[in-house]
Amino acid sequence: MTQVTVKRLWKNYGAQVVLENVNLHIGDHEFVTIVGASGCGKTTFLKMLLGIETPNKGDFLIDGEPLTGEPGPDRGIVFQRYSLFPHLRVIDNLLLGLELRGAPFAGRLFGARRRRARARADELLEAVGLQGSADKYPRQLSGGMQQRLSIAQSVICEPKILLLDEPFGALDPGITADMHTLILKLWNMHKMTIFMVTHDLQESFELGTRLLVFDKVRHDPQSPEAFGATITYNIPLKGHRAPAEIAGSVHIPSTEGSPPP
Amino acid sequence: MRRLINQHPSRGGSVLLSALPFLLILLVYLYYSHARLLENPGDKLLPSPANIASTMHQYAFEEDDRTGDYLFWVDTIASLERLLIALGISASLGLVLGLAIGVLPYVRSTLAPFVAALSLIPPLAVLPILFIAVGLGELAKVTLIIIGVTPIIVRDLSLRTSELPAEQIIKAQTLGASSWQIVLRVVLPQLWPRLIDALRLTLGAAWLFLIAAEAIASTEGLGYRIFLVRRYLAMDVILPYVAWITVLAFAMDWTLRVVRAKAFAWAAPGA
Repeated sequence: MTQVTVKRLWKNYGAQVVLENVNLHIGDHEFVTIVGASGCGKTTFLKMLLGIETPNKGDFLIDGEPLTGEPGPDRGIVFQRYSLFPHLRVIDNLLLGLELRGAPFAGRLFGARRRRARARADELLEAVGLQGSADKYPRQLSGGMQQRLSIAQSVICEPKILLLDEPFGALDPGITADMHTLILKLWNMHKMTIFMVTHDLQESFELGTRLLVFDKVRHDPQSPEAFGATITYNIPLKGHRAPAEIAGSVHIPSTEGSPPP
Repeated sequence: MRRLINQHPSRGGSVLLSALPFLLILLVYLYYSHARLLENPGDKLLPSPANIASTMHQYAFEEDDRTGDYLFWVDTIASLERLLIALGISASLGLVLGLAIGVLPYVRSTLAPFVAALSLIPPLAVLPILFIAVGLGELAKVTLIIIGVTPIIVRDLSLRTSELPAEQIIKAQTLGASSWQIVLRVVLPQLWPRLIDALRLTLGAAWLFLIAAEAIASTEGLGYRIFLVRRYLAMDVILPYVAWITVLAFAMDWTLRVVRAKAFAWAAPGA
């Protein structure tokens, strides 16, 4: 059971307030999709969850424990790019998490332990449809294959929470549909909580069990950086309602610096 | 007519073109050598190919009257030994320090400005200090190369380390990697090809320091010989020695390039 709780959270860089007064509670095995205009703190929020940014005020708790201030194995991440290791073959990229966990000093597994890990990696490789590419290097894979590997690489460590930072943003629309099927399959298989930042509203409705919209509620035309964004909508999507039905009632600014409504 | 930038020579044409400048310089040399020798058969500045060949035969295949050594090979081995020992030590030091500076913020704060300052000291200005401090032996010559080359390798490798995408390092942490494991499995394997690149780039400087040290205090070595026979205007020794140094340097560069391409197939080819 994984619970994520955010209480009265503030984040600013100097005078620029990015997030203000964010409150949130996410239960176990949710698929949370996060949308909002550029510069509205979606990625900052994800970075805090990841542990590479710390809040200035308020609490960020996972299962009641505050975050440690650095990334850890309970939270997996898939970035838009660059999260594979170019010097490792596909199978070794996948094995890395298991090897790091199993061999603190050598960072490699040998003999029977390696064979057991390999069997598990092969299974997952097949689940993400990369069984034919085990011996290739990442640069020999297409963008979609790279993202599938990156997702599998995180999932093999069985994180409590999986963070996706616009993971399909750079892919062709045709491939994105396959990726959606895949991520839903893995989410159901491994029963983790997923937070996904996306630019694609359609995608956020299709995949999520809960949609978060980040937006600014206060604007000061004299000093635009004085007020930060917060969660303006927190919509449960159980039952996958049609986007059009909700979309009309949700205000999502589409471009940066759009005038207040 | 296609644009000039889109016109490529054929494979054979490309080989021919790359040989052209070499042939040209050879022809110019032969012409002027011949012209000068016609005027004065005792001319020493541009010796004839036959003269060079016989001198080199004497250096490479006949024992020296005074020492009983084959001078050419003694010089070559002495120089290569110094160079390879120095490059080996520089590469090891450079890798360890560059890695530590690139990965650990505490080491970076402590050492990066120091190494940057160190790399600005002209190594040749330090040479007298070396001779005074450690004597005129092998140590001084090897140390000069190390002093000249190591700071460059350290700075290059620490830069390359910090150029690794932050995403990779974060991802490794989410896979449970410790600092040590990140160094061992993520950073170090990606630095090897860059170490080879750094070595290739510093090869020229390493030869420069080697020749300089040998010229000043030595009893054998390629640089020593060149500066020794300079007194007798012995161009028939100096010219082939310079060519031989170039061949050796080229062979080392080529070897490093091939090793990089073969051993690190995952990496994009270097310059």
